[in-house]
Amino acid sequence: MAPNQRNPPVIAFDNAAYSYGGGELLSEISLRLAPGSFHFLTGPSGSGKSTFLKLCYGELLPTAGRVTLFDREVRGLSRDGVALTRRRIGVVHQDCQFLDHLPVASNVALPLLVSGRPTPARDLSDLLAWVGLGQLATALPPSLSGGERQRAALARAVITGPDVILADEPTGNLDWELSLRLLTLLVELNRMGKTIVVATHDLNLIRQAKSQVSTRVLRISKRRIQLAGADL
Amino acid sequence: MSNAAPENFHDRIVPPSGAPAWLTTFTAGAMTFLAVFALALSLASDRLATRWAEALNRTATIRISAPDDQMALQTKAVLSLLAETPGIAAARALTGEETRALLEPWFGPDLPLTDLPLPQLVELTEAPEGYDGEGLRQRLAAEAPGAVLDDHLRWRRPLAQAASTLRLLGLGAIGLIGLAMAAMITLAASAALAANAQVIKVLRLVGATDSYIARAFTRRFTMRAATGAAVGALVGAAGVFALPAQDAAGGFLTGLGFTGWGWLLPLAFIPLAALVAFVATQLAALRTLRGLT
Ligand SMILES: Nc1ncnc2c1ncn2[C@@H]1O[C@H](COP(=O)(O)OP(=O)(O)OP(=O)(O)O)[C@@H](O)[C@H]1O
Ligand SMILES: [Mg+2]
Repeated sequence: MAPNQRNPPVIAFDNAAYSYGGGELLSEISLRLAPGSFHFLTGPSGSGKSTFLKLCYGELLPTAGRVTLFDREVRGLSRDGVALTRRRIGVVHQDCQFLDHLPVASNVALPLLVSGRPTPARDLSDLLAWVGLGQLATALPPSLSGGERQRAALARAVITGPDVILADEPTGNLDWELSLRLLTLLVELNRMGKTIVVATHDLNLIRQAKSQVSTRVLRISKRRIQLAGADL
Repeated sequence: MSNAAPENFHDRIVPPSGAPAWLTTFTAGAMTFLAVFALALSLASDRLATRWAEALNRTATIRISAPDDQMALQTKAVLSLLAETPGIAAARALTGEETRALLEPWFGPDLPLTDLPLPQLVELTEAPEGYDGEGLRQRLAAEAPGAVLDDHLRWRRPLAQAASTLRLLGLGAIGLIGLAMAAMITLAASAALAANAQVIKVLRLVGATDSYIARAFTRRFTMRAATGAAVGALVGAAGVFALPAQDAAGGFLTGLGFTGWGWLLPLAFIPLAALVAFVATQLAALRTLRGLT
């Protein structure tokens, strides 16, 4: 689906920069992610992919410039405003953060539970089955393998039907078959109009995606983010 | 459509926090136990103060024994003396009828008291500021040699004041106990919040608001404080009940026990402890949460 250029961007960076305290890790970032777009984010390890995604859901605030989510500048959001904004953004964290004392099913349903929305048991078990965790609904997160954790994290990210899905190395621990399945899910969600950003090193995954849907590749290099050429 | 979220899910969203949890229950229990005694002390002092103050408000008497011919004269002298004595609100000579009515319990109704030479009684009411008993005695001796001042209740004045002070101390102790409990629960809640930093981070990431996260902690600490307070209140009340009763103490001290419906008063500490815990935890949680992204 072609990005709708008339709609305001869901995520916009205006000359934004971020520094953890030393020199700037990301500088002069200006970009707009249109609703319904599908972007990959690549770059060497340590280049700032995870940092960029954290700026995209308000875990980090830009140290210069502006980041705008759903037409609201992040810096201007109240604490509740940040919470409400995050309900519209599903995130698969690189380090898959769970509540270790609650079973997988509760962790996956967490975004619904904390926002007081009902959690239909059928939908939950369907989703768990879809990511191949049907048997592990009652397991505790620490007992999961790396790939199982990533699939649980993806299920949690999509359960609310968010407008935006940010995935940080979602296939890092998955075999090719599971990676494809995950990609298919993301492509399907994109076709439904969701905005998708996937940080990954996996060029095969990007090629596979390009054959199914219109995607663009953002590359971090030398602290800047550029649209990569068509050669990928 | 069945809901995957069990009713008590929101109570388990934060893992049980061991030491802070027990500290809260124990603190609430111990503090409530102490508060029950402070309350009993305060109420008993209150009763003493009221009773003694009443006794003081009641009258002192002056008894005049004189030969019949001098009686009226001395009575008049005493009354006019009292009228100009500072600290005396009113003075009144009792009639013969009243005097006989006073004696009746001692001698029975049938005794022909009319024939006996009864002393004249003068009843005086003390003004709030009090009068100088010794001075009055000396002036009585000079003006009406047959008059004797009977003010045996006056020694209770400092005791009544002491009882009032004791009542205030009891109430102050309850206030301090409440503050100490708030401080301890604040510490316990802060410890629990610090121990659950990772849980809070995850909850924030999936879009939980501060008030939702705070509620997970306040609900728990409030319940614990209420539980502890319930035990403390019951044990405290049992302890007060086990104290020697009023009569056994020789009639001088009012018993430290509660009376009638007063036995339900310790129960009031349960919602009070819950309220203290709620406010303390809520403040601690919101303060901690504001420090996070
Ligand atoms: N909380 C932090 N405090 C200080 N430095 C940090 C922090 N988080 C990340 N960094 C540094 O910022 C740089 C970029 O980190 P980031 O996690 O964004 O990289 P990345 O591109 O996601 O890497 P990878 O591909 O390995 O996941 C790294 O050099 C990292 O050490
Ligand atoms: Mg990373």
